[in-house]
Amino acid sequence: MANNGSSRAVGVGRVLIAVYAILALAATARSFVQIVGKFDVAPIAYLLSALAGLVYILATVALLRKGDTWYRIAWITIIFELVGVLLVGTLSVIDPVLFPADTVWSFFGRGYLFIPLVLPILGMLWLYRLRPVDTVPSAQS
Amino acid sequence: MIEWFENVQVAVAIIVGLGCIVLGLAGRTPNDYTLGATLLVGILLIAQLVVSLVAPATGNLPTGSGLEFWVYLVSAVLIPPAAIVWALIDRNRWSTVILGVACLAVAVMLVRMGQIWFVQVA
Repeated sequence: MANNGSSRAVGVGRVLIAVYAILALAATARSFVQIVGKFDVAPIAYLLSALAGLVYILATVALLRKGDTWYRIAWITIIFELVGVLLVGTLSVIDPVLFPADTVWSFFGRGYLFIPLVLPILGMLWLYRLRPVDTVPSAQS
Repeated sequence: MIEWFENVQVAVAIIVGLGCIVLGLAGRTPNDYTLGATLLVGILLIAQLVVSLVAPATGNLPTGSGLEFWVYLVSAVLIPPAAIVWALIDRNRWSTVILGVACLAVAVMLVRMGQIWFVQVA
């Protein structure tokens, strides 16, 4: 799986990607159960859960692929996740009725050992370390 | 689910998981031991799959959502083979760490499966 220099799948980043893959599987599978089993309880929260799962899948793929476009997609998806976990995490603390405790991002990802909170930050650090410096000089500052 | 079998699986997954992470961080590439241990976690999950199929016929039914239980179990079964395939393609120390991370994820999922089967809080 991606043994080339321009992919993000090098060194310790491989572990990051593996954790992303597991989280993508966990979030997508759980939202599937929620939507099939008890969609009426909290439709917005469960749809958001499904969206989060799909974005985790996209982030995993973007991290595995090489090239500037995938690099940008990786940034966008990871920022989306960080905003999501902060926003939904805060909302779930303020108004627990709005977000039941069993979505990926509720209480800052408490149900997932806070991995959803930590992972985007590690992902951004990783992407920053691997920023393309020698491709297009003006593309990234 | 059978309680002692679940406990054995969780214990094995945690031991293998921590072991692989330590060996990986120590610089070991995936070898017969780490791959074999992860395979053992995978085989135990397949045994769990069989147990879960047979158990309801003997009156041992999940107390919680069967759907949620099965999604967890099927997801868990996929994880060790995926980690092993990764380790075979990409032979370096980080793949050993990934074997460990995969086993720990399986351990967490097994605990959740046990909760769904045996105890219902909500």
